[in-house]
Amino acid sequence: MMLEITALDAYYGRAHILQGLSFSMSRGEVLALMGRNGAGKSTTMKAIMGLVPPAGGTVSFEDQRVDGREPFEIARMGIGYVPEDRRVFSELSVMENLSVAQRPPRADVPHWTPERLFALFPNLGRMRDRPGGAMSGGEQQMLTIARTLMGNPKLVLLDEPSEGLAPVIVEEMARTILALKGEGLSVLISEQNLHFAGNVADRAAIIEKGMIRFTGTMDELKANEAVRSQYLSV
Amino acid sequence: MIDLILTQTLNGLASASSLFLVASGLSIIFGVTRIVNFAHGSLYMLGAYLAWTLVSYLGPADTFGFWGGVLLAALLVGLAGVLIEVLILRRIYQAPELFQLLATFGVVLMLQDLALATWGPEDKLGPRAPGFKSFVILFDNRFPTYELFLIAVGPLVLGLLWFLFQKTRWGTLVRAATQDREMVGALGVNQRLLFTSVFAFGSMLAGLGGALQLPREAVNLHMDLAMISEAFVVVVVGGLGSVTGAYLAAVLIGILHAFGILIFPKITLVLVFLVMAVVLVVKPYGLMGRAPVGHARGHGPAEPLLLPADRLTKLAGLLALALLALTPIFAPDYLLSTLTELIIFALFAASLHFMMGPGGMASFGHAAYFGLGAYGAALAVKWLGAPMEPALVFAPFLAGIAGVVFGWFCVRLSGVYLAMLTLAFAQIAWATAFQWVELTGGDNGILGVWPSAWASSKTAYFYLTLGVCAVSIVALRLTIFSPLGYGLRAARDNPLRAEAIGLDVMRIQWVAFIVAAFAAGIAGALFAFSKGSVFPTYMAIPRSVDALLMVLLGGVQTVSGPIIGAFAYAGLSEQLMKATMYWRFGLGLSIVLLVILFPRGLVGGSLLLVERWCRRPEAAATARLAAEGGR
Repeated sequence: MMLEITALDAYYGRAHILQGLSFSMSRGEVLALMGRNGAGKSTTMKAIMGLVPPAGGTVSFEDQRVDGREPFEIARMGIGYVPEDRRVFSELSVMENLSVAQRPPRADVPHWTPERLFALFPNLGRMRDRPGGAMSGGEQQMLTIARTLMGNPKLVLLDEPSEGLAPVIVEEMARTILALKGEGLSVLISEQNLHFAGNVADRAAIIEKGMIRFTGTMDELKANEAVRSQYLSV
Repeated sequence: MIDLILTQTLNGLASASSLFLVASGLSIIFGVTRIVNFAHGSLYMLGAYLAWTLVSYLGPADTFGFWGGVLLAALLVGLAGVLIEVLILRRIYQAPELFQLLATFGVVLMLQDLALATWGPEDKLGPRAPGFKSFVILFDNRFPTYELFLIAVGPLVLGLLWFLFQKTRWGTLVRAATQDREMVGALGVNQRLLFTSVFAFGSMLAGLGGALQLPREAVNLHMDLAMISEAFVVVVVGGLGSVTGAYLAAVLIGILHAFGILIFPKITLVLVFLVMAVVLVVKPYGLMGRAPVGHARGHGPAEPLLLPADRLTKLAGLLALALLALTPIFAPDYLLSTLTELIIFALFAASLHFMMGPGGMASFGHAAYFGLGAYGAALAVKWLGAPMEPALVFAPFLAGIAGVVFGWFCVRLSGVYLAMLTLAFAQIAWATAFQWVELTGGDNGILGVWPSAWASSKTAYFYLTLGVCAVSIVALRLTIFSPLGYGLRAARDNPLRAEAIGLDVMRIQWVAFIVAAFAAGIAGALFAFSKGSVFPTYMAIPRSVDALLMVLLGGVQTVSGPIIGAFAYAGLSEQLMKATMYWRFGLGLSIVLLVILFPRGLVGGSLLLVERWCRRPEAAATARLAAEGGR
């Protein structure tokens, strides 16, 4: 298994956000973690990354436990994290942003260099020396993904990649995710938009009140009116 | 005239260099670790002492001996920085920022006694630097070449730092971490290593600053606190986190000193203060600083809710008061004097708690108001011939007026900026008392401040103190649960939302600042009459730290904490002073251990234990959350 989560518990403040969450992902898969605002999607990603220390349960990455490790160790093992609020280093240039995340090449996953990334994100290649703070939201989103790829991850966690982006950029985002899948990467995205998820994901896992309520292929989800209206419609 | 101006400018530039080295180190460390290193002045002192030893050992006349010694001293201080980071700071990165500041103050105390034990109390005179022993004639004045060398060091180091931060991977990582250290960790960078290296580097800069002073001035045990308060001013004026700003501010302060000594030798520090005030009014985050983005207090743990005393607490309070009121029946005089002091300190601590806990404004210079209260009383007695009663009434107003003036500046800032500014103001108050000999008697203080006849017995003065302090403390408590108190807590928890519902946040905080200063002034005035004399040390940094320790020992977010903290702390320090001449070391060590073991204070810690006992799962979450809040 690429990623296996069992009975994960996590708190944010006093609030019990993840309440025994379990799901798994296999290699090369794109899984959409879906659910309403506040269901626990972001916390799941942070808990995998070690940014919110899990209070119980286990997280295994390629059959190794990662819960309890520090974020930097988890990143070095091959999990890349793209936060929803982007968090580009606004005072660093595009090139510097990329260099912060640079790690040595890893066996059996693509080795990313700035030049390869600029081929994937041509816009970034045209603004190498621009400070992160002087970029548009869409450009920042691309930079955050490119930055994470500099660590040559096997699994990428994309938190709400389509949120707040113009329709054109959302399409570009979908193409990017499919390109990453084409490179053999596994991708976990959190998403509220069924249409977007349907375009990029193989399977969906639906989260509600900190628990997984449904897992299945995207086609199964589309066919299941009851699940959609219960957990996804606003 | 023109040549005098030019010479003084050169003097100012020369003294700016070491100041810049220390301040830039402080600034860089703060940028990445978010820790304001109070011990940075001590590292500077350590650099000077180590250089003195190494240079005399390696050969002071020898070029290699001197410069080798200076560089080696800087490296050793860097190593000391590694030790401090690994042994102490690493364990408290999650703690509230005040506790971190306090832990570094513990290090100040420890290093002071270590230096005393190693090098003794006498000043150490260093040799002159080989190759820079002569003078040049500039504008008809002899100007030492070493000063010219120092003038060059500042821009040189500035250039070097620029290269390091802009052109190396380490520098890129440091800049990234300054902005968002959590994200840097999530991208696979070992934060621990980065933090340690940053701390070592910043310490090395301070050590170098100290070592380079060797040919310029005698090495002594007061270098640490003198330097740290100047470095704070430089960092605040320059803008926290900006190295260029630190250089500009160091030059500004250096030149100001050089001219100030010439024109107004008595009030150089007041001049510095005026410039700082002007800068902060025009640019609240310093010359080159920017408003902190991204790492404002996260929506982490809400502070525990303060509730009015329940019946049990009220009963306990009344019982304690009754018990205290009965002590004169059996207690001997010396015990009564000690108790009188303890009660005064409880009020002093409660006044600081008022602005720190509900107000969320940590003051590192609260002794200023205590001292002004004491001086207010003493000056009224000495210059106006006032008896005790009007002096006691007048004194708190002096402290309150200082609170009006200083507070106006302070409430414009928050967090560590505010703490540094309060410290700088306290240093100014201290320096005024120290330098204005005609009015205050300087270091000799003012003697003969005795109570009126009716209150002159220990018992009577004890009752007077108990009455005034009890009323004041209860008044402070009631204020916490008044509309002002609610507004204050709202402003602390979320200033933006508080403003959005129509609260004038700055005004509320200003009023709280003044109330706290006034109450501290009452304590100070009572203290003056109980001792019969006042000295500048009443306003010195250690006294401010005493108050902080009392509040933190008790727990910031508990109402009764400061009172219990005052008694616990005063007891501890007295025992230590009796037990050893190196009591500072013992006290410093206790502070460090306390911060590591009880990050919520005594009362806060025991409340947490109780809570954990009653509601296990939820309390565990609270603890986790408290740990998270510091990130």
